[in-house]
Amino acid sequence: MSEIWEGLIKAVYLIVSLDPEVLEIAGRSLRISGTACLLASLVCLPLGALIHFHQFPVKRVLINVIQALFSLPSVIIGLFIFVLFSRAGPLGELGILFTPTAMIIGQMVLITPILLGLTISALSGVAKEIVDTATSLGASGFQITLLVLGEARYAVVAAVIMAFGRAISEVGCALMVGGNFKGFTRVMTTAISLETSKGELELSLALGIILLFLALIVNIALHRLQQR
Amino acid sequence: MGVVALTVVAVTAIVSLSITARAPSLKVATTSSLYDTGLWEYLEPRFEERYGVKLDILCVSTGIALEYGKRGDVDVIVIHDKAREEQFIAEGYGVDRIPFAYNYFLIVGPPDDPAGIKGLGPEEAFKKLMEEGLGNPREIKFVSRGDESGTHAKEKAIWEAADFDYETIRKAGDWYAEGGRGMGPTLLMASEMNAYTLTDMGTFLAYKGKLDLVPLVGEGRILLNVYSVIAVNPEKHPHTRIEMANNLIDFLTSSETQKLIGAYGVGDYGMPLFMPCAGAEPEQ
Repeated sequence: MSEIWEGLIKAVYLIVSLDPEVLEIAGRSLRISGTACLLASLVCLPLGALIHFHQFPVKRVLINVIQALFSLPSVIIGLFIFVLFSRAGPLGELGILFTPTAMIIGQMVLITPILLGLTISALSGVAKEIVDTATSLGASGFQITLLVLGEARYAVVAAVIMAFGRAISEVGCALMVGGNFKGFTRVMTTAISLETSKGELELSLALGIILLFLALIVNIALHRLQQR
Repeated sequence: MGVVALTVVAVTAIVSLSITARAPSLKVATTSSLYDTGLWEYLEPRFEERYGVKLDILCVSTGIALEYGKRGDVDVIVIHDKAREEQFIAEGYGVDRIPFAYNYFLIVGPPDDPAGIKGLGPEEAFKKLMEEGLGNPREIKFVSRGDESGTHAKEKAIWEAADFDYETIRKAGDWYAEGGRGMGPTLLMASEMNAYTLTDMGTFLAYKGKLDLVPLVGEGRILLNVYSVIAVNPEKHPHTRIEMANNLIDFLTSSETQKLIGAYGVGDYGMPLFMPCAGAEPEQ
């Protein structure tokens, strides 16, 4: 039990002393997961709106599949991306394996089902009449999408928060496609994994506490978006 | 509105590109038992400074290191399983196998040694563990790496030398556990479980302060543990950095580095974790 207390003390010390290695991996975690979340949101939010407001034969099946993919383990995505971008794989020539780009792609794939599924359910509260009215007033598809997402912004931002949380906390994919190289692809979660396997429990706990602290800050910022 | 969106996308793309752009590095897949001792972290800055290239080290088990080598995802592999190394080269994936350091495997276990294997030879010790473990699985346990690592391969070899079929051992009972983790975590697990395990001397010494385990069996030809470096064959994978890989091989076998390897750990652990053997198979 004392490890938890010592972990907390170590976390405070690492933050206050602005430990350069911790700053570096924290910054990388934020950049990789933030980029993945932003890019995935730009695609999935409009796509979710599209799926929600249109009727098509396999719609029910598609939504079921999307929701089933909420349970996709990050390590399986890691394996899939690895096989895709390995030198022996189809996209090996791009040389993306073991770089932050591969990690961003992996996390984007990981959070796409969450963003799609939760956007679709977020929009279930928006009346179809709004879409009809906007269309009759001459709004373009782009404008209607923005309008509709804006109406449901509380639940939509909640979906983005959830997706960011899933991205920044995952370790299976980051380890597999990133390689955990010091100074290049090491992030908070892979560092925690490494330190734990070395038996450095206080340091791992400290890094975990700092990660939660970062997530709190990001959430406060995104919460502002919800209030507007 | 569209302009804002476009700016955001552009900034994101630039940011994500900037965290990817970087001079090409030398990628090395290494066995966890070399990494957990801190030897790589010790040698890394010296190599990077000497040759002006970043070393990217993947700390994995021998099994997946071989896989990375076959796929050409790394430039060099550093492992400790002679049979699989020779097969790797015979199949054309590697250029040559260069041993550069060695130590010995140990069978470690709880200080009170409930199975009574202290001082036995490795094959007899394993036989005794099997007998005692079957009879008393709550007190006598063995934790295996279970991960196709070099250490795991050695463990299988000892079982075989003791005339056991490995598959029988795996199904033998609760006393035999497969951890599936690296050497460091496996030692920590064995310590928690008051169990026996096979470990290389280097990792054991490096973790000693965190463990409640003692060495029980350390003598026997079969316990020799040789680390070799193999460059990935550029004929199979033309994009790999063969010149820099050869630089790493030269570095590891240079008299300067060999001296450093032989002295590593003496200050902290009272004895060297590895013995140098530049390029040649060590005698027993």
